[in-house]
Amino acid sequence: MTAYIIRRLLATIPVMVVVAIFVFLLLHLTPGDPAAVIAGDDATPEAVDGIRTKLGLDQPIHVQFGIYAANLLRGDLGTSIFSNLPVLTLVKQRLEPTLVLAASTLVMAVLLAIPMGVLAAWKARTFIDRLVMGFSVLGFAVPGFLVGYLLIYVFAIELKWLPVQGYRPLSQGIDQTARSIILPALALSMAYMALIARMTRASMLDVLSQDYIRTAKAKGVATLIVLLRHALKNAAVPIVTVIGIGLTLLISGVVITETVFNIPGLGRLTVDAILKRDYPIIQGLIILFAGAKVLVNLLIDISYVFFDPRIRY
Amino acid sequence: MSTRSLNSKLLLSTAALIVGGWLGSGPALAQDKVLRAVMHADVRTLDPFWTTQTIAGIHGLMVYDTLFSSDINLDPKPQMVDTWTVSNDRKIYTFKLRDGLKFHDGTAVTSKDVVASMNRWAKRDGAGKQLMGFTASLVARDAKTFVWTLTEPYGLLIDILAKTGTSIPFVMREKEALVDPMQQIQEVVGSGPFSFKRDEWVPGSKAVYVKFKDYVPRKEPASGHAGGKVVKVDRVEFIWIADPQTAQAALAAGEIDYLENPSIDFLPALRSTAGVKVEVHPAAGTMGIIQLNHLHPPFNNVKARQAMLYLLSNADYLNTVSADKALQTLCFSYFGCNVSMETDAGSEPYKGAKDPAKAEQLFKEAGYKGEPITILHATDHQYINPANLVMIQQLRKSGFLKLDVQAMDWGSVVSRRAKKEAPAQGGWNIFITGTTVLTSSSPVTHTSIGMGCDKAWFGWPCDKRFEDLRKEWAFAPDLATRKKLAVELSKRAYDQVPYISFAQWRNPVAYRSDRLSGVQTMPSIPAMWNIEKK
Repeated sequence: MTAYIIRRLLATIPVMVVVAIFVFLLLHLTPGDPAAVIAGDDATPEAVDGIRTKLGLDQPIHVQFGIYAANLLRGDLGTSIFSNLPVLTLVKQRLEPTLVLAASTLVMAVLLAIPMGVLAAWKARTFIDRLVMGFSVLGFAVPGFLVGYLLIYVFAIELKWLPVQGYRPLSQGIDQTARSIILPALALSMAYMALIARMTRASMLDVLSQDYIRTAKAKGVATLIVLLRHALKNAAVPIVTVIGIGLTLLISGVVITETVFNIPGLGRLTVDAILKRDYPIIQGLIILFAGAKVLVNLLIDISYVFFDPRIRY
Repeated sequence: MSTRSLNSKLLLSTAALIVGGWLGSGPALAQDKVLRAVMHADVRTLDPFWTTQTIAGIHGLMVYDTLFSSDINLDPKPQMVDTWTVSNDRKIYTFKLRDGLKFHDGTAVTSKDVVASMNRWAKRDGAGKQLMGFTASLVARDAKTFVWTLTEPYGLLIDILAKTGTSIPFVMREKEALVDPMQQIQEVVGSGPFSFKRDEWVPGSKAVYVKFKDYVPRKEPASGHAGGKVVKVDRVEFIWIADPQTAQAALAAGEIDYLENPSIDFLPALRSTAGVKVEVHPAAGTMGIIQLNHLHPPFNNVKARQAMLYLLSNADYLNTVSADKALQTLCFSYFGCNVSMETDAGSEPYKGAKDPAKAEQLFKEAGYKGEPITILHATDHQYINPANLVMIQQLRKSGFLKLDVQAMDWGSVVSRRAKKEAPAQGGWNIFITGTTVLTSSSPVTHTSIGMGCDKAWFGWPCDKRFEDLRKEWAFAPDLATRKKLAVELSKRAYDQVPYISFAQWRNPVAYRSDRLSGVQTMPSIPAMWNIEKK
């Protein structure tokens, strides 16, 4: 197992190199000029040229890449063109809201969707099954931002139970954080719940038709034990895979949810940086996101061992 | 009932009470003396000279002070300056700073700081550059006195020092003012009414300012950016909410106190929200600009530019860009409406009935033979996108123009517009933008109307006569002469068509009137002093 993990970690190096090159080229080959954005609309062309020179954006692309690569090897993700702050500082500022939002969404989705999926499979082709599947279709079909606005309208404007927007850091108390994160997590988890519930149902239906389940039932094992201990554990591998895939989907969902609920997280940082052509931030974030994706995939692969003893690395 | 069951029920009831109480407690009320405002953009750049973005000016106005300021009528008034004299030949200005001026680090503001600041600012601002072109020397005579000597009796010195909107001539410490103007300053230490809390700054999310206790306001009542800047709150937080609907909801729910430039779509909802007031200053607004590229056919020929006046209908843009009738002005003045230089002289072709036949004739005379006209269409911009749609439709209706509409984001437009190459080689013919009426209200600060050829704004209009008139305007001794010259400038502009202006719409502010008092609607960027919070 250790050798496998080391092999997988080493394999991430070429992946990250390709990502770094790809992101750099993609950004520099697409139209857009940060100098012009910085200078503002009333700036003279001379002023724009001056800023471009100062930022080194007038250098040939290979020179710019050389500087970028050298900094990257030293662990320096660069400095934001606009705020003049190191990218790592900006990431640190934004990490907590995104992690809390993603973790809350994940916990909420898993805790609600797996029981829903199990229930739907157990009561397959009944009203409960159709209800759960109907919810899943809605979860997929209704855009996250619309769910967000509806939640804001009901729970923040009308009922005044929860805040419209903003994020309260954990340092202000977990209750404050929870208040600020409930609605965004709920909005973000809808599609995620739909995905996990459907996969749980499908996987459980497959397992529930196996002989050993019939045997367990014939032996008089309690339904709950059959479902959770015998069926769910054996159905877990595809469910865990979907949770892993869903985690990466969360990144795109976070962008929209963070905008609607004004959560100052990494999603908003990414979108703002793209709109303003803040190259160092975009490059840094994509590398971090790629690293996170590789790590999540690794963790998912490792987790298979615990759910299915037949899997060995 | 078993003990276990009773315990479970008790536990559930307690949990329900806690959760119920917690959910029912409602959003935290704004703390006393903390003013939470959502501005039109986030404070992303701390150096107000480094960019012409308005938000940098708003940030600058919080932290830095100015030698002169514009009052509510846009008339210049002294701010850091106590007294000043002008020599008989109107070439030597001697200024004396008022007592008690201090930077946030406790050091006194001196003339050396002023001189270094003005030099740095002038390297980045168009009006400042022009001013320095007529400057023989700018020297500190003593700690409080500095002398500005001009080569010619340039009449706009005080007006330019009081300029507002963008590229405001703020006074920094000499240390920061000596930093290369093409590079951002590292420290934000001003002498303005608020000091900046750098440790709480989260770019793209929040900028925090606290009351500068040693600030000595002027004795005069506040008016616009002039007069006494009396700070009545302890702290101002600029919270950036990118989504306009969320911002509006946050104001309605009382999570924020002040919303600059709310989306026009939400104004009816805001007006009907109890405790919320929507206000606007008559001159606060934006003017749309249809920028033509003077370097390449067909618009390198003045007849093609004039032809556009017969095709485009100014009024059509208003309802699309700003649906709220109370905020619209059908304006044909290159310098904006409701300002002292307002004039529509020479606008007859634009004002009159549309005449596609006349336009076609002019295009023919300009040598147009159906070549594609490249339009850079920013699809992600609040007002530029709908304005583009209107313009494209108006041009298509003519029936004889071939359009090459290229959709892109605004970031790509600002990059593309700098290209001087022919449209087929990555250049362009038309793009749409806008400027504040405040900027356009003076022929000197109005960057996009300049016709200085290579040195002009994107589109590079070129007309010596117009530039001579601009210079003459800058040297005019009084307002009456300037107004006369503005008429001449307007006629010449309508003859040469550097760009075509469309619509003028005002940008309101919305605030919690049940909590705030002393909010002043500004003709330009908003100020946070003199606002009191209950």
